[in-house]
Amino acid sequence: MNPSPLAPEILFHLGPVPVSRAVLTTWCLMAVLVVVPWAVFRRPRVVAGPVQGALEVLAETIAAQVREILGRDPWPFMPILATLFLFIVTANLTAALPGATAPTGHVETPAALALVVFFSVHWFGIRDRGLRAYLSRYLEPTPLLLPLNVLGEITRTFSLMIRLFGNMMSHEFVVAILLYLAGFFLPVPFMALGILIGIVQAYIFTVLAAVYIGAGLGAIET
Amino acid sequence: MTVEMLSILGATIAVSFGAIMPAFAEGRAIAAAMEAIARQPEAAGTLTRTLFVGLAMIETMAIYCLVIALLLLYANPFIG
Repeated sequence: MNPSPLAPEILFHLGPVPVSRAVLTTWCLMAVLVVVPWAVFRRPRVVAGPVQGALEVLAETIAAQVREILGRDPWPFMPILATLFLFIVTANLTAALPGATAPTGHVETPAALALVVFFSVHWFGIRDRGLRAYLSRYLEPTPLLLPLNVLGEITRTFSLMIRLFGNMMSHEFVVAILLYLAGFFLPVPFMALGILIGIVQAYIFTVLAAVYIGAGLGAIET
Repeated sequence: MTVEMLSILGATIAVSFGAIMPAFAEGRAIAAAMEAIARQPEAAGTLTRTLFVGLAMIETMAIYCLVIALLLLYANPFIG
């Protein structure tokens, strides 16, 4: 076990840039997430095979959920939201593979994801409503609340990061402590619980990102 | 009392109190969901989904306390 859960585990240096285990795992996940859909949808068939069918069902389900949250056509937002969901699910589930640790269990990856959400909220909001209308959102209901609105913008990004990081890291920690205290077989049900936690956290992250983007669009109230 | 001892005390207090209130809150949430499912079994799917999201949200509060405790133990700014 890593002595401190907050310090990154450096594997090797690429020139002056240190490459941690989380970054390496992320690269592998990115390769898998790019290559598998590319291989499947290079020649899509009308009568879908099992893999193509599963991917289509997945995409349709995510689109239906996003439509339910935003109350409008989900496809402009699918590139970011579905990618976030798929990446976080696969990243959380790598913890179930022997020898691999979840990159979301270290603080850098959730921080990067939360920053992506933070900027995409403004990007979609300004593109959809125009700069003036978007910024006037911060002056509602009264201009007196401007500092609180700005503060809320920062704290919700921060809590998005801490939520994902804390859940994944604490789970890893609990399994390690159980292994240390009780031997081989007691951690197994907890590791099964970890799969559930990983999927639920990915779902929550995506739902919250969708809610924030929807609030930026003015489609829904936060 | 050295800074180390105070940090350990702070960490245990943060985790214990941070576990009590979310535990109460989760109990209330689950009880309400059970009641709703008993009344309307056909809505069990939606209720379960919402329940899971709500539980994860509540659990986040406990996780915040855990993060504070780990910061105190591993990345304490007051210990050189």
